[in-house]
Amino acid sequence: MNAGDLRAARARIPEVPRTARRALAMAAILAGGMLPLFVASGGGFIDDATLALAYVVMALGLNIIVGFAGLLDLGFVAFFAIGAYTMGYFGSLFHIDVNGGNGIHILVSENAAQLPGIHLNFLIIVVLAIVATTCAGMLIGLPTLRLRGDYIAIVTLAFGEIVGRIAINGDEIAFLGTKLTNGRQGITPVDKIDLPLLDPFTSLNLRPWYWVAFAMVLIALFVNFRLRDSRLGRAWIALREDEVAAISMGVPAVKTKLLAYGTGAAFGGVSGAFLGSYLNTVNADQFEFSFSIFILAMVILGGLGSIWGVVVGAISLSFIINRLIPDVLNPLPNKIGLDFDLTELSFGIFGFLLVIMMVLRPEGLIPEKRRKMELSEGLEDLTGDDDNPVHKAVVP
Amino acid sequence: MSDSGPILDASGVTKQFGGLTAVNDVSFSIPRKAIVSLIGPNGAGKTTFFNILTGLYKPTLGQVTFDGRDITAGRPDRIMALGVARTFQNIRLFGTMSALENVMVGQHARMKAGLLGSILRPPRVGREERRVREKAAESLEYVGLHPALHDQLATNLAYGDQRRVEIARALASDPKLLLLDEPTAGMNPQESDDLTSFMERLRDDLGLSILLIEHDMKVVMGVSEYVTVLDHGEKIAEGDATSVRTDPLVVEAYLGKAEAERQRQEDGVG
Repeated sequence: MNAGDLRAARARIPEVPRTARRALAMAAILAGGMLPLFVASGGGFIDDATLALAYVVMALGLNIIVGFAGLLDLGFVAFFAIGAYTMGYFGSLFHIDVNGGNGIHILVSENAAQLPGIHLNFLIIVVLAIVATTCAGMLIGLPTLRLRGDYIAIVTLAFGEIVGRIAINGDEIAFLGTKLTNGRQGITPVDKIDLPLLDPFTSLNLRPWYWVAFAMVLIALFVNFRLRDSRLGRAWIALREDEVAAISMGVPAVKTKLLAYGTGAAFGGVSGAFLGSYLNTVNADQFEFSFSIFILAMVILGGLGSIWGVVVGAISLSFIINRLIPDVLNPLPNKIGLDFDLTELSFGIFGFLLVIMMVLRPEGLIPEKRRKMELSEGLEDLTGDDDNPVHKAVVP
Repeated sequence: MSDSGPILDASGVTKQFGGLTAVNDVSFSIPRKAIVSLIGPNGAGKTTFFNILTGLYKPTLGQVTFDGRDITAGRPDRIMALGVARTFQNIRLFGTMSALENVMVGQHARMKAGLLGSILRPPRVGREERRVREKAAESLEYVGLHPALHDQLATNLAYGDQRRVEIARALASDPKLLLLDEPTAGMNPQESDDLTSFMERLRDDLGLSILLIEHDMKVVMGVSEYVTVLDHGEKIAEGDATSVRTDPLVVEAYLGKAEAERQRQEDGVG
């Protein structure tokens, strides 16, 4: 068979579903982008939707580390914390005495320009957050390079805890003359996002916040798709599948893994900086271990390594935690004469959902194509006969 | 770098795991464009020796040079980039990748796209992707994998096809030296014969040197210019196929002392 037949054979099989999938994706993106126009600009729904999008960005970042490269990371909250503190350091009253109480201001609008403390433009802060989290990601990557599987999880878990503890106790740690963090009191208020050509954001109109989060999701999606189908993405999957074979085929393990950690962490940092500004506080209580599990559950629920699956997983979990349980289900116990707060049970409900999910659909809501093929075609293979002419190939 | 010397030269290579000496003071070289076999009973240290050559193990003592460069204890991915490709005894394909993608990974060291290049995909990277994809398809056709199977997941391929993909993955990196670890394991005699002529084609058409670990003596004797025999980690014989086959130490290593005695007596009588 020549190359032309080959291309034709390859094109024939996936073409139809691919156009359908493209159309579906475009429709989802359009609907997502238009959504704020149809809901109240300050209500609870758009608030939850914005949070969900910020979580999607984190989940897509974690998907690179866990889904693509197969490095189980239980300390992703650390990157959320580092991104949020970058926002807190460079966009709030935190360094109130800096520059003799006059503050430092770079490309910020009039409101912030009057205030003491350091105030940088949000885009600069995002770049700083990317740099900080990428470095932190590689730092946590280094000690795990000699480890495999569960042991990586333990080290990353410890890293998340260390960052969390430092955040809590940072108000007692002096660093360059200021406190390291504000501990549980939190750094608040935090500057609102301030983009060129746009009015400064307010907490009354949430639409611009939503669109910023939405743009971050689009970028994260783009990066995920591009990386998946690249030299680097193949190297990650190869390392995940068989590390010995991968390094024997010329994949440098150290560099490739560190790139996975660094890239994934950067998304945690960007989303963290956004959330610091959006929630108007950078508070040590946000950086609990349970948050790492929350993000990891989004990835697993959606389907490890499946980009759209992770998006769906993140949105649904975030809505379950932020809306379904506190707003919809919470009054139910009262109606049947029980007196307790259902939100206290959030993580119980959430664990229950995961168990059900693992029983009914262990590969995730939208499984990664390769995993799905592996599961279904593997079964066909057991029943397939060996006389299949295709298997009787020619040489050698 | 010399073009005339051996492509690979190992001298005094020793590997100890704790108290166990898996490979003991083995010296050995592979001439250019030659097929050399490494044989020996199970547990003789053949695969350990392979792993030392490819950088997976660091030798306790000794030196390995490839193409005039010292590669002793070099990183496996760097040794691969220099031109040493291998297959594994128990096939190690990337199960959830297609046959084609497996072979594309084999070209990793020959590609340049980095993190930013992969994300932004400038024309240079796009061209590289296409080139690598086409070359992977060519490699698969060269080893005889049916084109309809190129997009199948490796794990779903038949055993013989998995062997083909593994060889294609190694070949795609344009190696100078190919290490094959028991390639005929699980093959029927017809397939083994095909593989023998295939190896000769690799040597003659592509100018490859091949180091072969093999149990099938018919293949070994048919194809190799030189044979080295390991037993208990030590080199007990080397030479061309016929002289090695009749070497009493080799017969003893394979068949045991008593059987070797018996054969010697029979030979004496006959």
